[in-house]
Amino acid sequence: MIKTSGLAKTFKGGVEAVRSIDLTVRAGEIVGFLGPNGAGKTTTMRMLTTLLRPTAGTAVIAGHDLVTDPQGVRRRIGYVSQGGGVGPSAPVGEEIELHARLYGMGAAEARERVAGTLERLGLTALAARPGGALSGGQRRRFDLAFGLVHRPSLLFLDEPTTGLDPQSRANLWGHIRRLRDEDGLTVFLSTHYLDEADTLADRLVVIDHGTVVAEGTPAELKGGAGTLDDAFLAITGRSLREDGEAAEPGAPPGGPHGDPGPPDGQADDVPAAGGALARSAGQAAAAGKRGAR
Amino acid sequence: MNAVRDTWLVTRHNVRIVLRQKAGIVFGVLQPMLYLALFGPLFATIGTWETLVPGLLAQVGLFSAGLSGVGIVFDARSGVLERLRVTPARRTALLLGRVLGSSLTVLIQSVILIAAGYAFGLRAPLPGVLAGLALMTLLGVGLAALSNAIALVMDPDAFAPIVSTAVIPLVLLSGAFLPMSMAPAWLDAISRLTPFRHVVEAIRDLFAGHYATWTVATGVAVTAVLAVACVAVGTRIFSRENA
Ligand SMILES: Nc1ncnc2c1ncn2[C@@H]1O[C@H](COP(=O)(O)OP(=O)(O)OP(=O)(O)O)[C@@H](O)[C@H]1O
Ligand SMILES: [Mg+2]
Repeated sequence: MIKTSGLAKTFKGGVEAVRSIDLTVRAGEIVGFLGPNGAGKTTTMRMLTTLLRPTAGTAVIAGHDLVTDPQGVRRRIGYVSQGGGVGPSAPVGEEIELHARLYGMGAAEARERVAGTLERLGLTALAARPGGALSGGQRRRFDLAFGLVHRPSLLFLDEPTTGLDPQSRANLWGHIRRLRDEDGLTVFLSTHYLDEADTLADRLVVIDHGTVVAEGTPAELKGGAGTLDDAFLAITGRSLREDGEAAEPGAPPGGPHGDPGPPDGQADDVPAAGGALARSAGQAAAAGKRGAR
Repeated sequence: MNAVRDTWLVTRHNVRIVLRQKAGIVFGVLQPMLYLALFGPLFATIGTWETLVPGLLAQVGLFSAGLSGVGIVFDARSGVLERLRVTPARRTALLLGRVLGSSLTVLIQSVILIAAGYAFGLRAPLPGVLAGLALMTLLGVGLAALSNAIALVMDPDAFAPIVSTAVIPLVLLSGAFLPMSMAPAWLDAISRLTPFRHVVEAIRDLFAGHYATWTVATGVAVTAVLAVACVAVGTRIFSRENA
């Protein structure tokens, strides 16, 4: 469903956001995309969804070449961006109907699909409101509706559950898993929540400084380390939960990267996730997956 | 997917949004009325309403079209634009649909301006008025497309002041306020080099009921070339990845 080779993006001004990504995602898989702030997750997703042109590398998405046939890619995918895409002033129901129709649906079909999608996400009662009159979590669920309404075969989710309450998160996980089980939907989602990665994803890909530094099933990545967070610390030298947290005195980053990484002005305030934090570098290193370069 | 269909869908969506913004329409209509009421009688001492009203149309159209890019910056910030860019809709459809939707406001303003003009003393034949309106709308759509595209790649804070400053000399040189026949020779010469002069004079001819003139032909040609060029350049900029 996704196959990339040497995918890279250097922004104007020389920021090497993504250095080289080789990625394979099979049909029907739910793959979690992990990495600290500024690792290159969003940039990778924006390339895979045709929004950014890669500066190097190739990718085939849902059977279409990313660079030569972006239109073919767009027809098959859905994308929920990190920042969302609900406008402030138009009633969300109208926006989502337009969105559906741009995939070629007729008026009646679009209305039916929109109604079904909103129903399943528990949003029907809110559809008449403009986006500006919704809560953050409600908007986030509408973002998901935009990504799903045309029944894509591949769904990209960039931190879909950030800002959702525990119940909405659980609902969303159930929803995504059901779509995979029943319709064979393939999902590629980034997240900072280790419990989300652990429960939802079949496989995880960890990225840091624009390259893949580890991949495997959650169990494989955990290895001897016990929790995903330990494994993550071992791999990236940083805790996923909060940038800089790993720099706690007495717990020098056990990972391969001594440098603090690219600066980022968007420190995510991520609430606690995952299990206990045994921040022992030695133990973490024992998780030793495909460590680093 | 069909670009015309997509353009229509996006246009209809934006028309609904525009029609909901009542304040925008009310004040948009009020502005040209103020010119008619407070500047018209003064102008009528030296010229005719058939000369003044086309000038006001051009002025309203050029400023609205030039600044129409301001709105798309909000769409870009809220993520709406990026969400639409992931759909299979053509870039041209996304851009044109937005522009056509917002051009509706200008069209409403223009129609009301003309209707009020009749009340003040305008005596222009209907076919000429409709032709002039069509010409101005075509030009407005082209310029608005360019404005939308440029707004996306320019520093948003600089966009409005720079564009409104750039439009002022173009409007003045077009003779929208006072016909260039009153200008000194050097100013008249410069004015002939700017595109809008030809459009304004063509609309004045049309309002006067002179249809088959060189002035009209030139104005139509300038408008057509300008509109096509602006939409082409606008789409190109809009389709760039970082736009
Ligand atoms: N348009 C841009 N121009 C220049 N640099 C950029 C641009 N967008 C992102 N970057 C930089 O590229 C790097 C990767 O950013 P990206 O958004 O992909 O990270 P991320 O893994 O999604 O992080 P987060 O977890 O904070 O969302 C960062 O250093 C960021 O500052
Ligand atoms: Mg991101």
